[in-house]
Amino acid sequence: MSRADRRDPVAGRAAVAGIGQTTYAKNLGRTELDLACEAVIHACADAGYAVTDVDGIVSYHIEQVEERELAAALGLRNCSFMARTTSGGGGAASVVGLAAMAVASGQAESVVAFRARNRSKAASYGADPNQGGRPWEKVGAGVSDLRQWHNPYGVAAPVHEMALIARRHMARFGTTEEQFGMQAVAQRFHASRNPAAIMRDAITLDDWRAARPIAEPIRLVDCSLENDGATAILVTTPERARDLRQPVVTVLAQAMGVGPIHVALADYFRTSSSWDERDHAGRHIARQLFDRSGLTPADVDVAMIFDHFTMAVPLSLEQYGFCGLGEGGPMIGSGATRWPDGALPVNTHGGSNGEAFIHGVNHIPEAVRQLRGTSTCQVAGAEVALVTGAITDPSGAVLLGRA
Amino acid sequence: MHPAFPRPAPGPDDAPFWEWCRRHELRLQRCDDCGTFRFHPRPRCPECRSAAATWTRVAGTGTVASYTVVHPPVLPAFADRVPYNAVVVELDEGPFMVSNLVDVDNADLATGLPVEVTFVDLDDTLTLPQFRVVTA
Repeated sequence: MSRADRRDPVAGRAAVAGIGQTTYAKNLGRTELDLACEAVIHACADAGYAVTDVDGIVSYHIEQVEERELAAALGLRNCSFMARTTSGGGGAASVVGLAAMAVASGQAESVVAFRARNRSKAASYGADPNQGGRPWEKVGAGVSDLRQWHNPYGVAAPVHEMALIARRHMARFGTTEEQFGMQAVAQRFHASRNPAAIMRDAITLDDWRAARPIAEPIRLVDCSLENDGATAILVTTPERARDLRQPVVTVLAQAMGVGPIHVALADYFRTSSSWDERDHAGRHIARQLFDRSGLTPADVDVAMIFDHFTMAVPLSLEQYGFCGLGEGGPMIGSGATRWPDGALPVNTHGGSNGEAFIHGVNHIPEAVRQLRGTSTCQVAGAEVALVTGAITDPSGAVLLGRA
Repeated sequence: MHPAFPRPAPGPDDAPFWEWCRRHELRLQRCDDCGTFRFHPRPRCPECRSAAATWTRVAGTGTVASYTVVHPPVLPAFADRVPYNAVVVELDEGPFMVSNLVDVDNADLATGLPVEVTFVDLDDTLTLPQFRVVTA
């Protein structure tokens, strides 16, 4: 690898100095603002950094905690950069990507990126789809956006859309339901070792077979959890990070891309001069990531892949170049994504069906733990970690490295 | 119809599609300049960027590109029909469309099935284009 070849102005010029999270649980009974504050305080304490020195805030696209609320609650007085990611789960990794751009360009020195969620069934607190609970259940009687092409047919929740994408993958490439199931089982095993995980009991492939179907071929245990919690990450300059408490984790590259999305399945399956099933957003993102970092997929030791449903993992493995198109299922089937023996352990904290669903942002601290050597499913000598956003949205990813 | 049925509330680009469905015609935007059909509706041709398009009747035939069988939890308007199917149909003219198959046993769902459109009037103002399997 040639990390010294930094043609990209962001590569290597920002670092993760702190990570923080609340308890993850089915229903915490606390506001998202309260959860966000706790996660940010923990991230700063992890780094040994004063909360009041934070001078930038990066939020998740559909975050309900506004920047002014967070600044007011935490007493941030010198905030000089604010930005939001794109497109729901697509921005899961890009909260760090945006923070890194701010730091690398000198717009801010120490940026917190965060996500706070009240998404347990009991946590709904308003009519807006993003005010807690299940957003897809808060559809009105008049559907004016892209949902008008799905909802009248009963395709309302993301799981319905992802089921149609999964079945198409099975039909085209011979992917099997059991290969999705093996990823579910691997992640639940990883979660069983993680004290912060909501689901502490490992499952077998027989348990997966016995789980009730939600939208065939997707079963309950393939799905992300419905839970509350918050996650925060403190990003600063590598120079500043070296003076702080933790081993330095460097942002090697960030990239974004747009392709067909799950809420517009007519486009998702369309082949055109612009894209086809070999060239979704992840392919474009991966090309940029590896160009900018001077690395290749073979250099990645561990991957945190956005897994709203386990079927997103094989699609992402293909798009990011860890295997060929249609080979994601067999790659999982070979055990490659399961710790400790797999060549590329994926979601070693337990992922979204095991640890928690903080909309994928909880994947970033696990990548950082891997590079610090403190994961509960530690990949020996891990030097490079990939974190991705949702493969079916306008999306982004970051490559992190041990300094 | 269930009072909470998620009715389309189309914008200006979308309304002609639903209006033609009311008249039991499946029509899609077709680019006046390069001839490409597009769906869902949008103001420009993604192939040539032209704004000129005509709502053009399509054959209403195609094949099942993907399918699922949906189980609870579902929207209240669909609670009395679980498990129900949803499909993505690849129309013979090229575009894909989400819909349902009617008059089919869900155990018989498969990709590649030849289908044809059928129009289901939900009330006086809303007609859904759904599909049925074409038997030889």
